[in-house]
Amino acid sequence: MAMKVDMSALETNFSIPCLDDGDGMHFSADSPDVPSMVLPTCADFDGFQAATKDMVKNKRGTTTLAFIFDKGVIVAADSRASMGGYISSQTVRKIIEINPYMLGTMAGGAADCQFWHRNLGNKCRLHELSNKRRISIAGASKLLANILYSYRGMGLSIGTMIAGFDEKGPGLYYVDSEGARLVGNRFSVGSGSLYAYGILDEGYRFNMSVEEAAELARRAIYGATFRDAASGGCVSVYHVGPDGWKKLSGDDVGELHYHYYPVQKTSVEQEMTDAPSTSA
Amino acid sequence: MECVMGVVGRDFAVVAADTSAVQSILVHKTDEDKVMVLDSHKLMGASGEPGDRVQFTEYIQKNLHLYQFRNTIPLSTAATANFTRGELATALRKNPYMVNVILGGYDKDAGASLYYIDYISTLHKIDKGAFGYGSYFCLSLMDKLYHPDMTVEEAVDLIDKCIKEIRLRLVVAPQNFVIKIVDKNGAREYARRDLVGDNASVDAATTVTA
Repeated sequence: MAMKVDMSALETNFSIPCLDDGDGMHFSADSPDVPSMVLPTCADFDGFQAATKDMVKNKRGTTTLAFIFDKGVIVAADSRASMGGYISSQTVRKIIEINPYMLGTMAGGAADCQFWHRNLGNKCRLHELSNKRRISIAGASKLLANILYSYRGMGLSIGTMIAGFDEKGPGLYYVDSEGARLVGNRFSVGSGSLYAYGILDEGYRFNMSVEEAAELARRAIYGATFRDAASGGCVSVYHVGPDGWKKLSGDDVGELHYHYYPVQKTSVEQEMTDAPSTSA
Repeated sequence: MECVMGVVGRDFAVVAADTSAVQSILVHKTDEDKVMVLDSHKLMGASGEPGDRVQFTEYIQKNLHLYQFRNTIPLSTAATANFTRGELATALRKNPYMVNVILGGYDKDAGASLYYIDYISTLHKIDKGAFGYGSYFCLSLMDKLYHPDMTVEEAVDLIDKCIKEIRLRLVVAPQNFVIKIVDKNGAREYARRDLVGDNASVDAATTVTA
């Protein structure tokens, strides 16, 4: 009797339950290709609605960070997308280029982040055209925060940082879909953020060279990907200076691991030699 | 949890609040100013959900300014308190704001006054009050040590005793606090009490601004 193959990775919330006769899964002949959902009974529609919202809500499986220092802003992120235990991509671009002097980070629902950052970019450009000057980072983050506040409770999942350089110098704001907007000098967002904070808070100084700051960011994201299952892939590091943003590096965390912890050659205590052959 | 408290003295009101911005087990920042200067002679200390707190206090502040633009005179503290309560009440059954407010102000005729407005639109004019888990420790202290017509030093000393008690007894207590004062000279920041962060000092009761 063959062992039952674990098909749990193929389970989705949208497929019709497959008939399993014991000799493997097969789909019934008349099941349509379109996904279907369980329809609610009238007994507890609120409960069903809450459960649906909860199912759709993505836990923010990611690590992103940004901090201000004397030479501008450093923004860094990992690149893993996960759906529960399945890694759906190792090459997600989580740093979104809103315009040449402003960056946004992605945590939460990928579609939500991408759409609303693109929308923010549009609004910033319209502001520039109407007012003949660039929008400030404070203004851009306030625009986004107000939009997200108006959609509160409707299931958007966005935890983003808006980082950039404007007339007042470097700016960094944390904005999320609960409506919070915080100004600060350093933030980290995502499931791996607590791990990243440990390294970031310990190594942070206001006066650093761009290379030192980038290395701190890289190390903090690496540290988070090491401990957090939902973070991984590559670490992207960007620097935003007075002339706009520039991508500094993109390193695979696997390679970074052996860069930080090279394999030690263990000393050989006893060399094995062939056993002396017994004469016949 | 967020602590906001206020005390009224001889012709001034003091409003203090913690300065932590917290989400689940993570402290995002330790210098978030939750006592908004509404206008030249009013302070609004607010605690509650992050989006609601900022949006609601800014909404009240802008409407206060609008009233002053339209009518060339500022709104009195009592009228501001009733306006704030009215806005909370109107939103309550539709799209409630989860915000608790301690409003302190100074008017030439009425002197200093303090108002307690909670998230379900309760309004009380008070001499001393507090919101949050910290209130469990502070209110009895305030009841004992408060007396009418306190001087600024006595009132700030009372707030300091409350902060000390919160730091001592509240599990996961907020570390840093801001104290603001409003009197006939206007509303301004009086001091910070920082244990952690970039402005922290060894002596917890060191004044940063005076």
